[in-house]
Amino acid sequence: MLALLFILFGALAIGCALAMVAQRNPLYSAISLIGVFISLACLYVMLAAPFIAAVQVIVYAGAIMVLVVFVIMLLNVEQEERRRTRLRFLVPTAVVLAAILIAEVAFILVSVQEFRVSPSGAVSDIGLTHSIGPALFTRYLLPFEITSILLLMAIVGAITLARRGGLLGTRSTDSQK
Amino acid sequence: MEPQLSWYLALSAVLFTIGVTGVIIKRNIISMFMCIELMLNAVNLTFVAFASFFQDVTGQLFVFIVMTVAAAEAAVGLGIIIAMFRNRESLDVDDASILKL
Repeated sequence: MLALLFILFGALAIGCALAMVAQRNPLYSAISLIGVFISLACLYVMLAAPFIAAVQVIVYAGAIMVLVVFVIMLLNVEQEERRRTRLRFLVPTAVVLAAILIAEVAFILVSVQEFRVSPSGAVSDIGLTHSIGPALFTRYLLPFEITSILLLMAIVGAITLARRGGLLGTRSTDSQK
Repeated sequence: MEPQLSWYLALSAVLFTIGVTGVIIKRNIISMFMCIELMLNAVNLTFVAFASFFQDVTGQLFVFIVMTVAAAEAAVGLGIIIAMFRNRESLDVDDASILKL
C-alpha cells in the first residue's frame, strides 16, 4: 500500500518536474513546480514528517511560488524565444551530464544496497512539532540565529534592489535632486 | 512492501538531475530560478528520508533551514530579476553576460 502511494507521488513529482523543464512558458513551469511541491509534501507525510509537509505547502507552494508567479505576471513574460544557434550544443551537453549524474547515483545506490535500514514504523514523535522545537532552540540555536540574520540581510537586500533610484536603479533621479 | 530508503534517494537524485538539466538548457532567468528551487527540494527529500529512517530529528531541522534560505533567495533573486528587467528589457541570461547592470 505504501509502495503504491510512493510510486504514485514519485511519478507525479517526476512528471511535473519534466513538464516544468519542457515548458516554454514560465507561468506553466511555475504551475508544474507547484505540482512537484505538493507531491513532495505527500511524500513527507508518508515519511512521518507532518510538520515539514505543512511548511512545504505553506512556505513553498504558498509564499515562494506566489512571489514567483507575481513576478512573472508583473514582467508579462511571453514565451521563451527560439534558441540561437550559438547555444545549440547546450542540450546534448545537458543530456550527457544528466546521464553521468544518474549513472553515478545508480552506482552508489547499487553498491550500498546491502546496507539495510529498516523503517521503524512504530510510534515515534520524530517529525512532530514538540520534538522539532526543543532541538531547534537548544542544540541548533546557532544555525537558527544565523538564519535569522540571513533573513534580515535578505530583507535589506531586497529593499535596496527594488527601490527606484536606488543602488541599481536609474541614478539620474538622484543626481537631479 | 514498504518503500526502502534507496527508493527515496533514487527519486531525489532523479529530481536533482532534472533540476540541473533545466538550469543548463533554460535561458529565461525565471525558469532557471525555478529549477534551482527544484534542486533544493530534491535535497530536502533526502534530508527528510534520512531523518525518518534513522529516527533523528536533525534532518528535519536542516530542511527547515534550507526552506528559510530558499525564501531569502527568492526575495533577493526576484529583486535582482526585476532590476535586470528594468535595465535591459529582457529576461534572457545571454543578454546579461556582464555583471554591470
